[in-house]
Amino acid sequence: MIQLIRELGASYAFVERNFNLVKRYWGWEVVWLMYSIANALSITFIGAGTEAVTGQKIDTNHMILYLLVGTLVWHYLSVVFDNVSELIAWERWEGTIEYTFMAPITRSTHMIGQTLFSLVYGLLHTGLILGVVALFFQLDLRGANFGGSVLILLSGSLSFIGLGIVASVLPLLFPERGAQMTHVIQALLLLFSGVYFPISVLPGWMQPLARLSPATYVLEGMRAALLDGAGTGELGGHLGRLVVIGVVALPLGLAIFGQAEKYAKRTGKLKRSG
Amino acid sequence: MYAVENDIALNVAGVTKKFVKSEGFPWPWKRRRNGDQNGRQNGNGRRTVVAVDGVEFQVHRGEVFGILGPNGSGKSTLVRCLSTLLLPDEGSIAVFGHDVLQEEMVVKRLINRVSVDASFFKKLTPMENLLYGARLYGLGAREAKRRALEILERLGLEREPIFQPMEEMSRGMQQKVAIARAFLTQPIVLLLDEPTTGLDPRSKREVQAFVEELRDTHDATILLTTHDMQEADALCDRIAILDDGKIVALDTPAGLKSLVPSINGHEPTLEDVFMELTGKQLVKDEDEKSE
Repeated sequence: MIQLIRELGASYAFVERNFNLVKRYWGWEVVWLMYSIANALSITFIGAGTEAVTGQKIDTNHMILYLLVGTLVWHYLSVVFDNVSELIAWERWEGTIEYTFMAPITRSTHMIGQTLFSLVYGLLHTGLILGVVALFFQLDLRGANFGGSVLILLSGSLSFIGLGIVASVLPLLFPERGAQMTHVIQALLLLFSGVYFPISVLPGWMQPLARLSPATYVLEGMRAALLDGAGTGELGGHLGRLVVIGVVALPLGLAIFGQAEKYAKRTGKLKRSG
Repeated sequence: MYAVENDIALNVAGVTKKFVKSEGFPWPWKRRRNGDQNGRQNGNGRRTVVAVDGVEFQVHRGEVFGILGPNGSGKSTLVRCLSTLLLPDEGSIAVFGHDVLQEEMVVKRLINRVSVDASFFKKLTPMENLLYGARLYGLGAREAKRRALEILERLGLEREPIFQPMEEMSRGMQQKVAIARAFLTQPIVLLLDEPTTGLDPRSKREVQAFVEELRDTHDATILLTTHDMQEADALCDRIAILDDGKIVALDTPAGLKSLVPSINGHEPTLEDVFMELTGKQLVKDEDEKSE
């Protein structure tokens, strides 16, 4: 019990530290938030303008919601992915990596702390964007299954945390280019997961790959719950796939990270400059 | 608490650490270097550098043990091996009988380290940085704050900068916070890796005074690496001289000096000892970048 309390206290150290960093880098946080709001609004306005652009009668409210769900869900998932995958890159940047790795904590404790922060930060950030976008559009969400959408988002978070942990290995192994590599993974997830379009419009060879991305199931599940009002039972397929991906990705991510840490300690890549 | 009855605080037995340095892809039209003084070209664009070579010593409980050597001699690599950040290729290291590889978590609780770079989150205040470090070692916020203030004030830091971002502090002040961070967790073995390198004389003296105080008043074993021979002479009970990853001599400061005959009636310095044993100067350039 004492050990558990100690580990939770150590996990909280990462949450507190990261919120302190957010506070100190407030200028960048404002810029990032403004950019994210502008981005979400721009994409949602595409939905509002589709009828004017095509000259065809469409269900504009559905189109707006379709794009809005895409932009918000992707924003949330990419914030979670970024924060988890950059746990090494941040420490390298600040030069604190050796001190964190010297501390008597398990890597799971380290990951739990970083993950908790990323979930809270991601939800706050996405909530703020939603609040602003709601001021611009009459969002008609009558009949939406909010409970089901929360379940989808939570189970999707698990798999994205797992993917983030796997991606965080890259800055550990490749001190100079690892952080850039994680952005390549993120870009591929964006392209393949049907964030702003159904994956059925992708070329045939891309569609099976899209089915490997957990984001595909999060987006399909969220749209089904919010736009079509699908019941939680109907979301079972998506939920099941996301839970399976999460249950596999999380321990796999930790195991891969453990091996990468050993490799880094053998080759001296834990140093600030690698 | 873990067993620390052992009188041997550190047991370093035959530790060797090599690094493979990549020289880029071995295009046939590129002329390859033939390895440098301690590097070995292995024909595939990589060379092996032996950073620590069969190092062996013991440090007794309560002792201040110095490792004296020039930049690139393997001091920091050895300290990284001791602090569980590097896995030795050969040999073993035990802290109060606990093997650094087999009982990593136990060893981590017994040690802490101050490195030549005061590595902190520069936007955070000293107190925020110390609180973060303390939580990782299982300390509560209230206790950590109390102890941090006590240590920082003892190190001569005024109260105001303790609550301002570290980027506004001088290098000397940052290094004092680094010492506070290490001492906050009450380690039984303190690894000080060139803690005074690059500090102004006053800050250097203050840090040295704190080490003296630790030596005299606390049950701490200190391993100090330095290329400042006066510092080593003044602070250390015993000193190992490290050159190209190997220990070339190990004795008390007086014992080391006795290895060299006096010149014109003057007692030899550790610099003289180092030159006599290695044929090199200890410090070529004060501003030389640390390894």
